[in-house]
Amino acid sequence: MMNPIVIDVRDIVTTFGENLIHDSISCTIRENEIYALLGGSGSGKSTLLREMIMLGTPTSGSIHVFGENIANLSLIEAQKLRRKWGVLFQSGALYSSLTVGENIALLYEEYTDLPPNLIHELIKLKIDLVGLPAHAIHLYPSELSGGMVKRASLARALALDPKLLFLDEPTSGLDPLSSRQFDALIRQLRDLLGLTVVMVTHDLDTIHHIVDRFALLGEKKVIAQGTLDEVLAINHPIIDYFFQKGTHGIQS
Amino acid sequence: MKSSSPATLDIISNTAGTVFSCGGAWTLSYLSHIASTLESHHPISTITWDITNLTELDSAGIALWNLYSRTFKKEGFTSTIVGSKDEHLRLYHLLYPHPKEDVLPPKRRGCLYTLGRETHRSLQGIGHFLDFLGEVFVVLIYSMRHPSTIRYRSISSHIVTAGFDALPIIAVSSFLIGVVIAFQSVVQLQKFGADILIVDMIGISLTRELAPLITAIVIAGRSGSAFTAQIGAMKMTQEIDAMKTMGFHPYLFLVWPRVIALMIVLPLLIFFADIIGIFGGMVIANTQSHLSYTEFINRLQGALPIKHFIIGIVKGPFFAVLIALVGTYRGFQVSSNTESIGQYTTKSVVNSIFLVIACDALFSILLTELKL
Repeated sequence: MMNPIVIDVRDIVTTFGENLIHDSISCTIRENEIYALLGGSGSGKSTLLREMIMLGTPTSGSIHVFGENIANLSLIEAQKLRRKWGVLFQSGALYSSLTVGENIALLYEEYTDLPPNLIHELIKLKIDLVGLPAHAIHLYPSELSGGMVKRASLARALALDPKLLFLDEPTSGLDPLSSRQFDALIRQLRDLLGLTVVMVTHDLDTIHHIVDRFALLGEKKVIAQGTLDEVLAINHPIIDYFFQKGTHGIQS
Repeated sequence: MKSSSPATLDIISNTAGTVFSCGGAWTLSYLSHIASTLESHHPISTITWDITNLTELDSAGIALWNLYSRTFKKEGFTSTIVGSKDEHLRLYHLLYPHPKEDVLPPKRRGCLYTLGRETHRSLQGIGHFLDFLGEVFVVLIYSMRHPSTIRYRSISSHIVTAGFDALPIIAVSSFLIGVVIAFQSVVQLQKFGADILIVDMIGISLTRELAPLITAIVIAGRSGSAFTAQIGAMKMTQEIDAMKTMGFHPYLFLVWPRVIALMIVLPLLIFFADIIGIFGGMVIANTQSHLSYTEFINRLQGALPIKHFIIGIVKGPFFAVLIALVGTYRGFQVSSNTESIGQYTTKSVVNSIFLVIACDALFSILLTELKL
């Protein structure tokens, strides 16, 4: 049985001035899957992710998230929708004037009226959940290592128990071991919390190990969409190049 | 998303046992009143949580349950749970694989400690600034012996951005200062029938004191802050480190071009401010006191000895050095977090304006003692 559709991207065209980024891109992301947007540098995958989370608007085409067209939302509806997802930015984007604990607390204080002791308990939970040491709660982002920043940022993204998680290059800048641990964490969260995960990534190991389906962007279009095996069966120069077929890349 | 019913909690309490029967969605948005119920509840017997009727449970629900069963345990009442489903257990084991330890926030120190630390820090700050000055001058001596290392192109670009681009704001502010001085003096001087002395008043006060000071303050706010922000941003993006590895001395490339450009530009800007300020005064003298422009200029030639003008101009390079060195020094202090850039830019402007005023006061005392 197919899971219901969470994100439906239809015929997206994006231009920056004269520069065409997306030429009629479509893809669908289903509930409880880990979906990746792949492509070389400049293929517009980050732009597509930004359009899904309402940081950018496509020139034409539509994006439905949880069945709602994000182009026609009122301010309040948009706010409601934003609370259903969490975003992990590439550089973490933790507020540098706040400690890790305060970064997470901000969301609870703004959006819920829970008592402080419960908020504190929840923050400890999230910090532990993403594998940060307990003392990290009082540290400032400038005192964290790269991997810890990613984890702290993930804890913040998970604060409101979102059903949908967007990750922008989650493993970039991490050492191979941390990358694999991070992958395992993402998969565990998906399995146990029933999350839908959309990520932009370059990491072939991530694609190999945890991604269920993905879209490969190139030449301003979606070149291929599906599982790794489905895509590797297609003969296309960009696919060959991207997965380094025949060399030291992924063997299907 | 399926719609869910709000969380409910019914408490049946007697001496034989307490039953918390939970229902609805125990999720983030519904839990605040449950939390307040539990907060005010003091159990009198062993607790059973009946969660058979729960429709939804998220991490907040589990945290709430765990938090209060711990609280009640401290009061001496253990809890058991009935009716839990598989998914609840899985989530629980994900969130509570082991008991959570509480880490206390770093201790706040007393005010005596803060006072001592801040004093030590400011003394250290003076030391760092002297360090910076020393190295900057060593680099200067080196570059004077190797004139080919002077960054002429960079100097000229800073002359344009710090000097030429500042002309409009300098014009407006010095014109207004001229207007203000003239307005205030005209009223007082008219009482004594000494209207004509307004020329002396404007001529001397502007060229000697006000034009240099106003120009320096505007430039400190405009270019001093820009210097800090530019260098701070370069430091954050590791451009400074890159320069060092390539053997480009950052002081040679970033500090001296700015200092020299400002030293060239500030006297010129002061001269410009003199002209516009006197013109502002002239306009007011004309409208308020019916002193014609020719009369004003005739009088000015006699009333304004050249020394006042020269003293004003000579202050320029001194102010320039202060502004540029403080601005660049603060830039190099920026650390890797985004907040520090704003912090040091503020410090840079405040410090350089203070130093400009202090330097001006020093000039006043010195020149008066020298009877100039």
